[in-house]
Amino acid sequence: MSQSEQVAAGSEPKLILAQFQSADGDRTGPPLSLPADITAEQLSILINKFLENEETHPYSFYVDEKEVVSTIQKDIIEGGQRSAEETLVIVYRPQAFFKVRAVTRCSSSLTGHTEAVLSVSFSPDGSQLASGSGDTTVRIWDLNTETPRFTCKGHKNWVLSIAWSPDGKVLASGSMDNTIRLWDPQTGKEIGSPLNGHRKWITSLAWEPTHINPKANRLASSSKDGTVRVWDTKLRRCIFTLAGHTAAVTCVKWGGDGRIYTSSQDKTIKIWNADGSLYKTLSGHAHWVNTLAFSTDYVLRTGAYDHTGAEPAGEADARTKALKRYNEAKGKGPERLVSGSDDFTMFLWDPLNSSKPIARLTGHQKVVNHVSFSPDGRLIASASFDNSVKLWDGKTGKFIASLRGHVAAVYQVCWSADSRMLLSASKDSTLKVWDLRTKKLKLELPGHADEVFTVDWSPGGDRVASGGKDRVLKIWKH
Amino acid sequence: MPQNEYIEESIRRHGRRLDHDERKRKKEARKVHKDAAFAQKVHGLKAKLYNKKRHAEKIQMKKTIKMHDEKNAKQKTDDVVPEGAVPAYLLDREGQQRAKVLSNMLKQKRKEKAGKWNVPLPKVRGIAEDEMFKVVKTGKSKSKSWKRMVTKPTFVGDGFTRKPPKYERFIRPMALRYKKANVTHPELKATFQLPIIGVKKNPQSPMYTQLGVLTKGTIIEVNVAELGLVTTGGKVLWGKYAQITNSPENDGCINALLLV
Repeated sequence: MSQSEQVAAGSEPKLILAQFQSADGDRTGPPLSLPADITAEQLSILINKFLENEETHPYSFYVDEKEVVSTIQKDIIEGGQRSAEETLVIVYRPQAFFKVRAVTRCSSSLTGHTEAVLSVSFSPDGSQLASGSGDTTVRIWDLNTETPRFTCKGHKNWVLSIAWSPDGKVLASGSMDNTIRLWDPQTGKEIGSPLNGHRKWITSLAWEPTHINPKANRLASSSKDGTVRVWDTKLRRCIFTLAGHTAAVTCVKWGGDGRIYTSSQDKTIKIWNADGSLYKTLSGHAHWVNTLAFSTDYVLRTGAYDHTGAEPAGEADARTKALKRYNEAKGKGPERLVSGSDDFTMFLWDPLNSSKPIARLTGHQKVVNHVSFSPDGRLIASASFDNSVKLWDGKTGKFIASLRGHVAAVYQVCWSADSRMLLSASKDSTLKVWDLRTKKLKLELPGHADEVFTVDWSPGGDRVASGGKDRVLKIWKH
Repeated sequence: MPQNEYIEESIRRHGRRLDHDERKRKKEARKVHKDAAFAQKVHGLKAKLYNKKRHAEKIQMKKTIKMHDEKNAKQKTDDVVPEGAVPAYLLDREGQQRAKVLSNMLKQKRKEKAGKWNVPLPKVRGIAEDEMFKVVKTGKSKSKSWKRMVTKPTFVGDGFTRKPPKYERFIRPMALRYKKANVTHPELKATFQLPIIGVKKNPQSPMYTQLGVLTKGTIIEVNVAELGLVTTGGKVLWGKYAQITNSPENDGCINALLLV
C-alpha cells in the first residue's frame, strides 16, 4: 500500500543496499539491492534460497539489534532513522521449526497435596510429571488422564526440590529433613534408603548431563550447610563433597563442559572440576547469589530427547544425540552463564575464558529471584520481586524490554520450547504468558487461589504445570 | 517516723545477728501454717480481698510449675512437620516475607462460605433519634424546628459540599468528622491506620447509613491498598469492609476489625 502511495506521488519505490549476515558474523550471499518495503516473510524466502535449504526454515531478521517485524521501510528506516543510502547489515537468526501454542486454559486442577506445592517438574521427554510439596510427599501424576498416579511418602519434612534424571528413569527429591531420596517413577517406590550426609536442608539438585555421562548415575546436591555433595545413585554413596563456600549454597548446575557450577550466599559463584577440585571462583556480586542459568540449559535438561519425541536406542545413541544437540545449541560461542543476585543485578559470564563478567545487567529495583535463558540461548529473562520480568540480550547482556503486569513479586519464569513465549509465575496468584515478538502480555491465567511458587513448561511445549500455596497443582493447555 | 536508713546502716556496720539465717528459715517454714490459720480466721471484706489475692497467687504458681514441667519434659519435635511450607528460594527471606504477607486467601474463602455476614459484633445497642439528633431552632423567632444536628461522629466524603442553610436538614459538624480508622487484621494481629472509603451499613437505620454516621457496629469500607492483598484474579485489592468495635463518640477515634 505504501508502494502505491509512492507511485502516486510520482517516485519509484525506494531501494536499499543490504547484506545478509548470520548471527555468528559470517556474510551470506552478495550485497543485494532490495526494495525498502520488503517484508520479513519475503526476506525469509530469499535467505532460504541463499542457504540452499531443502525445507523452508523460519528466520527472524535484525538490523542494529532491532527486529524486522513488518517491513524494513517501517521498522528500520522510519523507526530507526537509518538512511536508505548506506548498506544495511541484516542479521538472520534461525527460529525453532515447531511452534508452541500458548497455553490458554486450565485443563485440570489436581488436588491431593495437603500443603503448599513447592516444586513441579516435567521429565526430560515431557511424558511424566512430578511435584514436591510441603506435606512431605512427592507425587507423580498421570499426564494422559490427568490423575494422581503415585504418592511417594518417605520424607520427614517439606520436599523442597525435585529433579528427573536425564533418562527419566529416576526422580530425585531433596528435602528440609537434610536427605535426598530417589524414586522409581514407574512403581512409585523408593529406590533404596535415603542419601544422608548434608547437615542442613537441600536447596537444589542437578544431574550430570547425558552427553557426558549417559548412565545418569551422578547427582549433585546443594545445601544450606554450605556444601555441595556429588552422589553416585547406583552405588548409593557420596563420591565427594565440595566444601568451599562459606555460606549457604543456593543453586547448583551441572554445566555442559562437565564442571559443576554453584552459587552461594557468600556472594561468589564457584566452578568445580568433575573430580571435585576447585576450578575457578567468580566474584562480583555484592550480595547473595540466588540463581544460575546456562545458555544451554534447555538441551542440558532434555538431553537426548528432541521435539520429534524419538526415544534413543541405547546409552551410546543417547550420548551422541545429546552431544549433537548440545553442540548445536552452543553454536560457535562459548557456553554463557548468568547469575541473579540479591544486589538487584545480574552478571553475564563467560566462565571458561574469563573470570571477569561480560556484562552487568542492572535495572531491577528489587531482588532478582530467578533467571532463565531462552532455549535458543538468545535471550535472558529475569524474574524479580519488583513485580517485573525483564528481557536481556543473551550474548551481550543489553537490556531489551521490561514486561510489566504482575502486581506482586514474580517468583519464577519459564520459556516455551520454541523461545517465542515466556511464562511467569507470581505471588499475585496468576500466571502470565508474554509474547516475545511484541514484548507484550499475551494471556493472563488466573485460577490459583494463592501465591504460585513453581511453574514448568513441558519440554514438548504442549502443557504447563503450576503449583503454589493453595495446594493445588494445575495443568494448563492450549 | 524513722529517720534515714538506720537499720541498713546498722547491718552495714555491725553485721546481722549470728542466728539471722536460721531465724529466717524457720519463719519461712512457719509461714504456711500462719497463712492457713489466717485464712481460716479471716472474714468479711478482708476475707474477700485475701482470697482474691491468694487465688491470683495460686494461678501464678501453677503456671510456673507447668512451665518448668514443659521445660524438663523431652520434646518430640522431630516428626512434627511445620506448617506454611515455602520453596527453597523463600526460606531465608521468611522474616521479611511474613511481616507483610497477609493474603491467606484460602482461609478467607472458607470464612466467606460460612456466612457472609458473620461479623464480630452481631448486636448493637439501639440509638433513638433524640439521642442521635439535636433539634436546631430556626426562623426569625426561632419557632421552627425542622433542622437537625447529628451528635455522633460521621464520615463525610471528599467531594461533599454543604447545601445552603435553607435546605440543609441535617448538619454534620466538622469537629465530629473522621477520615481514618485504626483497623486490626484479625489473623495478623496487626493494626494499621487506614483511610475510610465509605460507610457500608449502619445497623441502626438506613438513614444513618446515608448520613455516614459512625457508631459501634457500623460496617465501613477502608482502603487496604498498602497492605498488598490480592484477589484470585491477581488484581490488587483496595477496598475491604471492617466493623467498628469501639464507641467513637466516647473515644475520639475509630477502631475497627477487618472482615476477612
